[in-house]
Amino acid sequence: MRLDLVPRGRRSALSAALSPALAFLAAVLVGGIAVALMGVSPAAAFTVYFVAPLSDLWSLQEIALKAAPLALIATGLAFCYRANLWNIGAEGQFVVGGLAGGMVAIATHGSEGATFWVLPAMLLTGTLAGLAYAMIPALLRVKLGVSEILTSLMLVYVAELLLDYMARGPLRDPAGYNFPQSVTFDDAARLPYLMEGDTLHAGVLVALAAVLLAAVVLGRSLFGFEMRLVGASPRAARFAGFGEARLTLMAFAISGGAAGLAGIVEVAGKIGQLQPTISPGYGFTAIIVAFLGRLSPVGILLAALVIAVTTIGGEAAQIDLRLPLDLTRAFQGLLLGLVLAADVFTRFKVRLVPGAAR
Amino acid sequence: MSLDLVQMVLVTVLAAATPLIIAALGELVTERAGVLNLGVEGMMVCGAAIGFAAAVESGSTLVGALAGIGAGMALSALFGLLTVGLAANQVASGLALTILGLGLSGLVGAGYVGLKREPAPHLHLPVLSDLPGIGRLVFGQDGFVYAGIALALGVSWFLWRTRGGLILRAIGDDHTATHSLGLSVRGVRFLAVLFGGACAGLAGAYLSLAYTPFWAPAMTAGRGWIALALVVFASWRPARVVGGAILFGGATVLQLHAQASGIGLPGQLLSALPYLATILALVLLSLGRRRGGSQAPAALGRDFTPHR
Repeated sequence: MRLDLVPRGRRSALSAALSPALAFLAAVLVGGIAVALMGVSPAAAFTVYFVAPLSDLWSLQEIALKAAPLALIATGLAFCYRANLWNIGAEGQFVVGGLAGGMVAIATHGSEGATFWVLPAMLLTGTLAGLAYAMIPALLRVKLGVSEILTSLMLVYVAELLLDYMARGPLRDPAGYNFPQSVTFDDAARLPYLMEGDTLHAGVLVALAAVLLAAVVLGRSLFGFEMRLVGASPRAARFAGFGEARLTLMAFAISGGAAGLAGIVEVAGKIGQLQPTISPGYGFTAIIVAFLGRLSPVGILLAALVIAVTTIGGEAAQIDLRLPLDLTRAFQGLLLGLVLAADVFTRFKVRLVPGAAR
Repeated sequence: MSLDLVQMVLVTVLAAATPLIIAALGELVTERAGVLNLGVEGMMVCGAAIGFAAAVESGSTLVGALAGIGAGMALSALFGLLTVGLAANQVASGLALTILGLGLSGLVGAGYVGLKREPAPHLHLPVLSDLPGIGRLVFGQDGFVYAGIALALGVSWFLWRTRGGLILRAIGDDHTATHSLGLSVRGVRFLAVLFGGACAGLAGAYLSLAYTPFWAPAMTAGRGWIALALVVFASWRPARVVGGAILFGGATVLQLHAQASGIGLPGQLLSALPYLATILALVLLSLGRRRGGSQAPAALGRDFTPHR
């Protein structure tokens, strides 16, 4: 028996849009079987994971709050992945962005007078810090040919340890009874809430604006075209005279900046102080979101919402059904694998030829 | 410093290097065949969880090690199906494998957190193991360490002294030419991926059965990624993998000792050292080979779909 892949002459837009949806269905099926094996009714689990999160205002807000950083980071990553550059250290850039922006808030803590500039300064610092942190693997790749995959990932561990040190050491609140956390930020250093007495903060709007901007840049500008061409056909791009080094640096700058912005938005919005950990793995989950959204900003927005629903559902399932949180993680890994497999079916006709030699 | 103290340090260095040696050798074979599997961390952590679970249930370290190997192979088979069979993107598939592996290991290991078992038995030969200075180092290790060294010799011999090894390296350098010769590119690549998975699983099982010896979530702590870096660092050569792994093992032990002795540096900085050292090693390596060009297998990471 032999497995043949026959390239499709034309890729239909419908199959391209449907393939992630089919992959999602397949992942839900496998997940249902796994849940049944663990002795929980799949129907009950489905309700907790996918229906309940959508049925009340509080969890809808939580979904938006989870989806915002995911969409923001994944949109940045899409620039890299489109150009065949593998920044897998968004988690580290997120943490460094949150840390640097948070330090601005701590430095201005309790200052008198006009403080309207504190929040913009925080957001800018966070973005630039994430950008600068992403420049390390980018420059090492451009100047020395070092694999950006390994360096960007190693820097995640370094960033996490740096934040841990800062939150327990120099930035710890002296009046905080030795808890490993900084002072609580002033109101001037917090993102405003969109609704009175709720959890939804303005960071969601920041993320939404950034994603829309990215959609325009990627789809409508020369720069976006260069980016897509480098990934789709490096030889054609070189022939057209597009500078690979410049594009590499730009792609990393965008993804690092987006991750850094997401980090400070999380700190200034949801958390409101610096703690030893500020991310439940957003930077890694965003990789799944980027591929589930087929590396297009609008698709990523949808994918971020879907992943946010499953994450909120996973937290509820942990309490209601005693299903471990690792189930959600395994589900997300499986989903990414299935999305990649489904993508093959849009590019090739897959045929099994019985009896043929391999 | 007495001879026995030197030996004690060397024993711990070798123990810290062993998981890196085993996992990196597996990945080396996979990459020599032209496939980049970034899922080492996921396969390793599953090998640790499933290996520990099997060892607790059966009471046998050997069964645990075999279960770890099986877990790594099962995950790598999924990866092989995706990347070799369906020509899916190797980098993204490897990341998926890591995320899946971390989740699965948590699921399997949940019931075993906090359990302890006796570490894998060490070799003991009546006179030889008690030789001063070298007895414990050479004749008193556990089976995993010897397996790692045998693996290094075996991989080296296979890749450069057998026809099969020549075919594997040729496929990793030029899949179109080897396909034209009638060699089964996808068949060989799939086997190479399975071998990499088996090694990663064994390396994980070593962590939970001999090194610590217990199961804790995400206990591999980036060792799978360091193994990946080691393969690059070693320029895809088994002997250099062993050398590099011992250097890294040494750095790990040094860091643990520094942390325990409480010298003035913050613990987080010391914990970050292995990761910083990895980056530094990659940088130094690329500075050193500026003129030589890349040592990587020429077809590494490239999809292959045979045209008929």
